[in-house]
Amino acid sequence: MSEQDAFRTEVREWLEANCPPEMREPIRDEDDVCWGGRNFKFKNDAQKQWLDACVARGYTVPDWPKPYGGAGLTPEQTKILKLEMKRIKARSPLDSFGIWMLGPALLQFGTEEQKVHYLNPIARGEIRWCQGYSEPGSGSDLVSLQTFGEDKGDHWVVNGSKIWTSYADKADWIFCLVRTDKTNKYQGITFMLFDMESKGVTTKPILLISGNSPFCETFFDDVEVPKTQFVGEINRGWDVAKYLLGHEREMISGGGAGGDMVSIGGAFAKAFGKNEAGELDDPILRAEMAAFDVDVFAYRAMGERFMDMWKTGRAHPASSNMMKYVGTELNKRRHELVMSGGGSEALEWDSEETKGGARARGWLRTKANSIEGGTSEVMLNVIAKRILDLPGA
Amino acid sequence: MPLYHNDDQAMLKDSVAPFVAEQAPVSHLRKLRDSADATGFSRDLWAQFTEMGLPGMLVPEAHGGLGMGHMEAGIVLEEIGRNLTPSPFLSTGVGAVAALAKAGGTQAGRWLPAIASGEAIVALAIDEGAKHRPDRIATSATRAGNGFRLDGKKSFVLHGHVADMSIVAAKTDGGITLFAVPKDAKGVTADPRRLVDSSLASHVTLDGVEVDADAVIGEVDAGGEILDALLAATRTGAAAEMVGVGQGAMDMTVTYLKERKQFGKLIGEFQGLQHRAAHLYGEMEVARATVMKAQELLDQGSEGAKLMVSVAKAKAGRAANLAVREGVQMHGGIGMTDEYDIGLYMKRDRALAEFMGDVHYHIDQVARMNGY
Repeated sequence: MSEQDAFRTEVREWLEANCPPEMREPIRDEDDVCWGGRNFKFKNDAQKQWLDACVARGYTVPDWPKPYGGAGLTPEQTKILKLEMKRIKARSPLDSFGIWMLGPALLQFGTEEQKVHYLNPIARGEIRWCQGYSEPGSGSDLVSLQTFGEDKGDHWVVNGSKIWTSYADKADWIFCLVRTDKTNKYQGITFMLFDMESKGVTTKPILLISGNSPFCETFFDDVEVPKTQFVGEINRGWDVAKYLLGHEREMISGGGAGGDMVSIGGAFAKAFGKNEAGELDDPILRAEMAAFDVDVFAYRAMGERFMDMWKTGRAHPASSNMMKYVGTELNKRRHELVMSGGGSEALEWDSEETKGGARARGWLRTKANSIEGGTSEVMLNVIAKRILDLPGA
Repeated sequence: MPLYHNDDQAMLKDSVAPFVAEQAPVSHLRKLRDSADATGFSRDLWAQFTEMGLPGMLVPEAHGGLGMGHMEAGIVLEEIGRNLTPSPFLSTGVGAVAALAKAGGTQAGRWLPAIASGEAIVALAIDEGAKHRPDRIATSATRAGNGFRLDGKKSFVLHGHVADMSIVAAKTDGGITLFAVPKDAKGVTADPRRLVDSSLASHVTLDGVEVDADAVIGEVDAGGEILDALLAATRTGAAAEMVGVGQGAMDMTVTYLKERKQFGKLIGEFQGLQHRAAHLYGEMEVARATVMKAQELLDQGSEGAKLMVSVAKAKAGRAANLAVREGVQMHGGIGMTDEYDIGLYMKRDRALAEFMGDVHYHIDQVARMNGY
C-alpha cells in the first residue's frame, strides 16, 4: 500500500469513529455553521463533539504546522482529508475568518511569538476574528482608507470607521488596516490587531436587501492599540493586506462559488416532476439549468486544478482573482435559476414552509458575492493588468 | 493525482510544442489549402509524427505503441489546435486506437501495430446526418455468407477518402456492431467535401459491402461499449484541440491589443476591451482544467468520465468559440481578411465544435446524465 493509501485508510477510519451522524447532514441554516469564539453557543452536543475531535487532531486547520494548532499535513494529505470528508458529507468543524484570512497572513508575515500566540486560539475556535478593511469612502479604491492611528510612543490612538465588517458584532478581535502615515499612500498603512472589547469600539449592524445583517459598520473612537499588535512592518500593512486579499478571493471562490457544486437541474426535476420523456418539464428552463450545470462541473475541475497549483506554488499569483470572478458570477447565476425554478413559492419572505424565505433571502445575499472582497470589475482589471499584461491597466 | 502536468508530461510538451510550431505552423495549413491538396494532410508531416512515436502514443506497448494516456494525447492535440495543423492524429491515433484497444481481438492485432508504425490511417464513420446522433444509427449490417453485408450512408467522415480502414458503426439484430471496413472493400464510395476549415470530410456510401465475420471489432451486437470508448476518447481529444485553438486565438488577440493604436492609444488600454479579454482568460482557464479532468478520469477508467467528457466538450466548445469570436471582433477590419490568421482559427473552431457532438448536444447529455 502506498503512503497515500495508508493515509486515506487512516483518515477514513478516524472519520468513521469521530464524525457524529448529525454532522453529516447538509447545512440548513446559519445556526449549523460553527464559527467558534468567546460567545459562540453550540447548537447541539454533536457540533461541539465534532469540533473537539478535530481540534485534538489538528484537523480544523490540517495544513498548518503542529505547534500552531494544525496537523502539519502535506498538500496531498490535505486534499485526501478534504475528499474523505466530502465523501461522508461531513460538515466543516469550524469556519472562521481567522482560518481563512488572518491565519495565512500570520503564517507568512508573523513573528514566531505571534504565530504561537494568535494561531492556536484560532485553530481551537476560541477567538473569532473579523476583518476591518473597507471604509465608507474606500471601497474598490481601498488604499485611500482614512482610519488613522496616531503614534503615542508605546501605543496608537485609532480613530475612524470601517464598513462591511462581517459579523463585527459577534467577533472577539479585529484585524484592521489603519493609516499611520498620511504622506505615503501605499506605504503608510499598518496591519493592526486588537480586541473588539477595547474601549472606544462600537458596531452597528447594517440591514441588507436580504433582510439580514451579516455586515456591520464599526466605529473607532480613541481606541488604544499597543504598538506590539501589528503584523509585518509598521507602514507596510498594504503588503499584508494584498496577500490576505488573495486568500479572501481564494476562500470566496473555493467556498461560495457555484454553491454546493451539485447539479441544479437534478434537484429541480425531483421537486417539479418530469414530462413523459423523463425531462424536466419546462424545456427552456431545463436548457438553462443544463448549461449552468456544465459550467458548475467545469468550475469544480477548475477549483481542483487551482488548489493543486496554488498549494504547490505553480499558480499565477493573481489567478485567485480569476477564481473569484468566475465563481461568484456562477453563484449569482445559480440563485437566479433557483428563483426561476422555485416560482411563486420562492417569493415567500417569511413563511414557515420556506424556512423564513430562505431562497429569496439567499438569492439576494448572493448579489454581494461579486462586490465583497473586490468587485468583479476590479477582478477583471487585475487579470488584465497582472496576468494579461495589458497596457495602462 | 494533482491536476497539472507531471514532469514527464511537461517534457513531452516541451518537445512537441516547438516541433509542431516549427514543422506545421499556420502557414503549413495555408500551403495545403492554397495548393488544393487532395489528401487533407501532409504525409511527410505524418512521417515526422511517426518518428516521434505520436501515432502510437495511445497504442498499448504489446501492440508496438507507447501505452500513454489521454492526458499525453491531449498535449499533442493542444499544439495541433494552436497551430491549426491538418492531421489525422485525432481520428487515427485517438478515436480508432481507443476503440481497437477496448475491443482487442483480431482487428486490434491487425490495425494497432499498423497505426503505431504510421502505416495506417483510420477514419471514423459514425455520423449519418448533419448532426451527431450516435444513438440513432440506421446503417445496417445483415448476416450474409460467412460475414456481413453493410448498407447505409455515413457523413462527416474525416479522412474517409484516404483512410486505409474505416470504423463503421452499424445496427445488427441485437444492438450496435462496429466493423473494420478496409479501403478497397467493394461497394464503398467516399465522396470528399471541402469544409469551411479546408479539411476534407467524406460522405461515405455503403452499398451492399460484404465483409468477413472477422471484420467485427469486438463482438457482434456488443459494439455499444466500444463505440462509447471511441466517442469518449475522440470528444475529449477534440476538446483538447479546441483548447489549443482557443488559446492560440486568445494569445494572438492579446498581442494585437498591445500593438494596435487608435485615438492615440494602444487599444489594450481601453477598459471595454480589457474586461472582455480578462473574461475570456477565465473561460479558457476553466475549459483547460475541465479537459484535463476529463483526461484524468478517462485514464483512470473512472465511472465519472462520461459526464466529464460531455462537460469538457461543451465547455471547451463555449470557451473556444468565445475566443475566436472575440478574436475576430477585436482585430477589427483586418480580422475579416483572409491574410490574417485569426479567421482561420474561427473556421477550425467551428468544425471541431461540430465534430462528435456540438455544445448543445453535450449540454443535453449532461442533463440526461443528471436525471432530467
